[in-house]
Amino acid sequence: MSEIKQTFNSSLGKKLIMALTGLFLCTFIIVHVAGNLFLFKNDDGYGFNVYANFLTHFPPIEVVAYLLYLAILVHALYGLILTIQNRRARPVSYAVQTKSPASWSSKNMGLLGSILFLFLVIHMGDFWYKYKFTDTVGYKEYRTNVLTNERIVSDFTPADPSFEHSSTTENDVEIVRVKDLHARVADSFSNVWYVLFYVLAMGAVSFHLLHGFQSAFQTLGWTHRKYSPVVKFIGTWLFAVIIPLGFALMPVVYFIQSLGR
Amino acid sequence: MSLDAKIPQGPLAEKWSKHKFNLKLVNPANKRKYDVIVVGTGLAGASAAASLAELGYNVKAFCFQDSPRRAHSIAAQGGINAAKNYQNDGDSVYRLFYDTIKGGDYRAREGNVYRLAEVSVNIIDQCVAQGVPFAREYGGLLDNRSFGGSQVSRTFYARGQTGQQLLLGAYSALNRQIHKGTVKMYTRTEMLDVVTVDGQAKGIITRNLTTGEIDTHTGHAVLLCTGGYGNVFYLSTNAIGSNVTAAWRAHKRGAFFANPCYTQIHPTCIPVTGDHQSKLTLMSESLRNDGRVWAPKTVEVAEKLRKKEITADQVKEDERDYFLERKYPSFGNLVPRDVASRNAKEMVDEGRGVGGSGFAVFLDFADAIKRLGQEAVAAKYGNLFDMYYQITDEDPYKQPMRIYPAVHYTMGGLWVDYNLSTNVPGLYALGECNFSDHGANRLGASALMQGLADGYFVIPYTLGDYLATIGPKPVDANNPAFAKTKQEVAERINRLLALKGTKTVNEYHRDLGHIMWEYCGMARTEEGLTKAKGLISALRADFWKNALVVGTNEEVNASLEKAGRVADFLELGELMVDDALMRRESCGGHFRLESQTEEGEALRDDDHFAFVGAWEYKGDNQPEVLNKEDLNFEFVHLTQRSYK
Amino acid sequence: MNLTLKVWRQKDAKSTGKMVTYRAENISPDMSFLEMLDVVNESLTLKGDEPIHFDHDCREGICGMCSLYINGRPHGPKKAITTCQLHMRSFHDGETITIEPWRAGPFPVIKDLIVDRSSFDRIQQAGGFVSVNTGGVPDANIIPIPKVIADEAFNSATCIGCGACVAACKNASAMLFVSAKVSQLGMLPQGQPERWSRVQAMVAQMDAEGFGNCTNTGACEAECPKEITLTNISRMNNDFFSAKLFREEGVHENSGGGE
Repeated sequence: MSEIKQTFNSSLGKKLIMALTGLFLCTFIIVHVAGNLFLFKNDDGYGFNVYANFLTHFPPIEVVAYLLYLAILVHALYGLILTIQNRRARPVSYAVQTKSPASWSSKNMGLLGSILFLFLVIHMGDFWYKYKFTDTVGYKEYRTNVLTNERIVSDFTPADPSFEHSSTTENDVEIVRVKDLHARVADSFSNVWYVLFYVLAMGAVSFHLLHGFQSAFQTLGWTHRKYSPVVKFIGTWLFAVIIPLGFALMPVVYFIQSLGR
Repeated sequence: MSLDAKIPQGPLAEKWSKHKFNLKLVNPANKRKYDVIVVGTGLAGASAAASLAELGYNVKAFCFQDSPRRAHSIAAQGGINAAKNYQNDGDSVYRLFYDTIKGGDYRAREGNVYRLAEVSVNIIDQCVAQGVPFAREYGGLLDNRSFGGSQVSRTFYARGQTGQQLLLGAYSALNRQIHKGTVKMYTRTEMLDVVTVDGQAKGIITRNLTTGEIDTHTGHAVLLCTGGYGNVFYLSTNAIGSNVTAAWRAHKRGAFFANPCYTQIHPTCIPVTGDHQSKLTLMSESLRNDGRVWAPKTVEVAEKLRKKEITADQVKEDERDYFLERKYPSFGNLVPRDVASRNAKEMVDEGRGVGGSGFAVFLDFADAIKRLGQEAVAAKYGNLFDMYYQITDEDPYKQPMRIYPAVHYTMGGLWVDYNLSTNVPGLYALGECNFSDHGANRLGASALMQGLADGYFVIPYTLGDYLATIGPKPVDANNPAFAKTKQEVAERINRLLALKGTKTVNEYHRDLGHIMWEYCGMARTEEGLTKAKGLISALRADFWKNALVVGTNEEVNASLEKAGRVADFLELGELMVDDALMRRESCGGHFRLESQTEEGEALRDDDHFAFVGAWEYKGDNQPEVLNKEDLNFEFVHLTQRSYK
Repeated sequence: MNLTLKVWRQKDAKSTGKMVTYRAENISPDMSFLEMLDVVNESLTLKGDEPIHFDHDCREGICGMCSLYINGRPHGPKKAITTCQLHMRSFHDGETITIEPWRAGPFPVIKDLIVDRSSFDRIQQAGGFVSVNTGGVPDANIIPIPKVIADEAFNSATCIGCGACVAACKNASAMLFVSAKVSQLGMLPQGQPERWSRVQAMVAQMDAEGFGNCTNTGACEAECPKEITLTNISRMNNDFFSAKLFREEGVHENSGGGE
């Protein structure tokens, strides 16, 4: 046991933890952005709300979710420990700021990470916490005619306070009653400051992953003349461009829509 | 005094094996009772320290740099010779022996040189086993190239950084022993004297270059692996810190200094640009494999080049004089270093030199680039070309390089016998520090070979014989000789610190260098040397009156360090001139204008000078006494060297 | 050229230092950076002042002794050279040049611009070798090594141990230095027997010395005078995790021959 402890206490062991948790979080955000594409569907939040409900009620996903929260905390904590150690390795700093060529993002992972952590606290407090632990999120009822695909949407107030969701079918009409996270999202994204903060945070995601994704491979020792360029390509285009752009579009689009209302 | 080199009797090929058998052995249980001091951690020092520690001796190793890895062996570029005959081109131990004896202009011992050639093969095996990344062919086997003065490909190399790779190999072996505790390493520590007790070396006095502390260290034997003294010329290819102090202090304690005038001037260095210059940079001799050396045929063209009215590529083929190819058709650009250097000097003396100063000739790669392509040339010499470009701001892929000879290696050094022992029992000298194997001129890629041969494969055997003889009784650190020598060292430091004149130590060094280069450089005359002798002794007297040393002893003090080294160079310089005056012949790196063939080649005088000149120190301001060790050639026939 | 120098002066390890300004006058563009300092030092000496102390030896870019953090960059503004190979033509007349020592906890200042890099030696001593005694080794050609492997090992082996990687790294990490040796020996067949113990021993020593952790910024690679690549760090990581997680070998007590 002590040998394993030693491994993870070594400089490289800590880096391993950063890399593995980081990559795990990377896989998560792919799922997250994909699911959130429901927000762009013009279905009065039906798809999104069902998806949100699925995520919070399907047991295997719940386990993964808690692993995810752990990963976020470990990633942040080890990032902090490493940063402190790295500062300590240079007790007297230079008079002239370094001009050594290195990408901006690689030099500012701590700053970017801190922004992201702050973002996560707000983001999760606003949606996840309120969704799961408070009754500030209302309910919607979707009645969909299975034959014609016509859908009627109405607000719904459950009689039983412990009500979570229900899905029944009556005479070709599917009735889904579910928490309306979509409304919560639309509400939050009508606030300009909130939107700006989200966009800024997605910028941070972009730069954090621009360095972080390929850096994790480097840390794990997975570099290869042939495959490293592929990793770099994915890290740049998928993780630093497409995903953050996708995320950032959501508040922006909802904000613009809120202006029209 | 007659000098006994203790060369074993018998056939050449059996001398070393027979000798190894006859040497006494130290009981394994007793080895750890012996302390061995190794000064210097270059190829010879690091390999000796590691090998002796592996055998079980207690080793204390010293270097003045911040790490043993910095020793100047690291700068050797070209390669290391070994008689492996991997190329099937007719090489053999005997041929390497013969080439080395001939290349040294018959001024080295047959026995020593044969042994060197014999163990050369073991060195390559050893280094490869340590993980030295020598150049390889596509089949995975080791690659060789031919190197200055040799007609077979026997040189092993690691791009242009062979010395670095070999030194790091020896350094790793040393590290392993330091980690194990069998070697105690003292870095930033300079040896300032040898302590002798009843005529035997029993320790050294050192100065801690960080704190200034003067310490004594006891040992059953002292090994000096402190390199050469080329920096007596101020400008040389040696590192700035390279110095003669350890060897010179040993000399003043009784060790004979042999053949000090044998200096190797390397033909392919980057020319001097101005007075500010602190060192010269060597371009590996391997460049001569593909580069062609030339100077303009006429003074007029040279003049235009010097004034930058035309560039080198504008000089037509028939206006160029490929003087080495012209004069030495069979060896061409690959003639030994001394021959190539002297010919470059001749061109300059005739007014055909190029470059701003006129002190340079061309080394041209245009043909090689045409023949092999720029890529192939870059693969072979890329790092050298880059280095040249950095220093001169000229692109050697487009313009020919300018080269000029510079002091590179000193064949002379402390006199040692076949066991590498100086005439002071217990005091040994290895590597460039001794005089033994290169005669009057060293062949390219032989210095690394000799340093490692001495350290890995000779001293581990021969030292045991001496240690077994004296027995493992601990050295008494309370012997008054230690306190006395320490006192003398401290006094000398105080004398240096008391110098509060008007001229910096560096200026004295530069002045000495000018004198040495002018009168004791590539061509020497009776008249010039006599003049130099007077100039040096005047300069030395002035140094001890007018030099300026700042700071105190109890701190890092570069001014003090340098002062001590220059003071020793000032004494050595005079001995070199004495030696050059005494040797009224030309041989290898010692060229007396009075002694040359009709073709202008070095003319030896074997009847009168086939001996090693070993100088004995007799006290301050006393003339040194010459002791001769006659060189007997049983196996090779002395011929006039000819590379035509 | 005339220049203004701002130089870190510090009497010894215990004293506190400060930046001091000097004039460097009549500097030739052909001088090397260290020769420029020589000129300044000559004039300081003549005034009876203490010269500026800096480490240097071979002055041809191979011994690794020279250092200097010049205008925010180790070994100055040019790529792939050491300070001793830097020439004054890389600066312009009237420029102000700030010269600092390498800054890292494991590189304490000894005097002025001289730092103690013995931590590097201790890392090498911990495992940067192949445990073979002198003699008794097989013929050099008995194990063929593919040229690409030999060349790549050579590239790693060219590290001169100057410490620029540590100086450049925002975390003062020594991983480029350590990984160069781990890579070199890890790639060669001769280094295989100790491959897994070596990497553990060297990393442990690196950690014990107090160097920072690599965050893959690549500043080390950019500043390395010998252009050692980040791939080496990756190789070291791979070997380290492999050794720690999947191999039997621990850090072995080195048996170095002798009794």
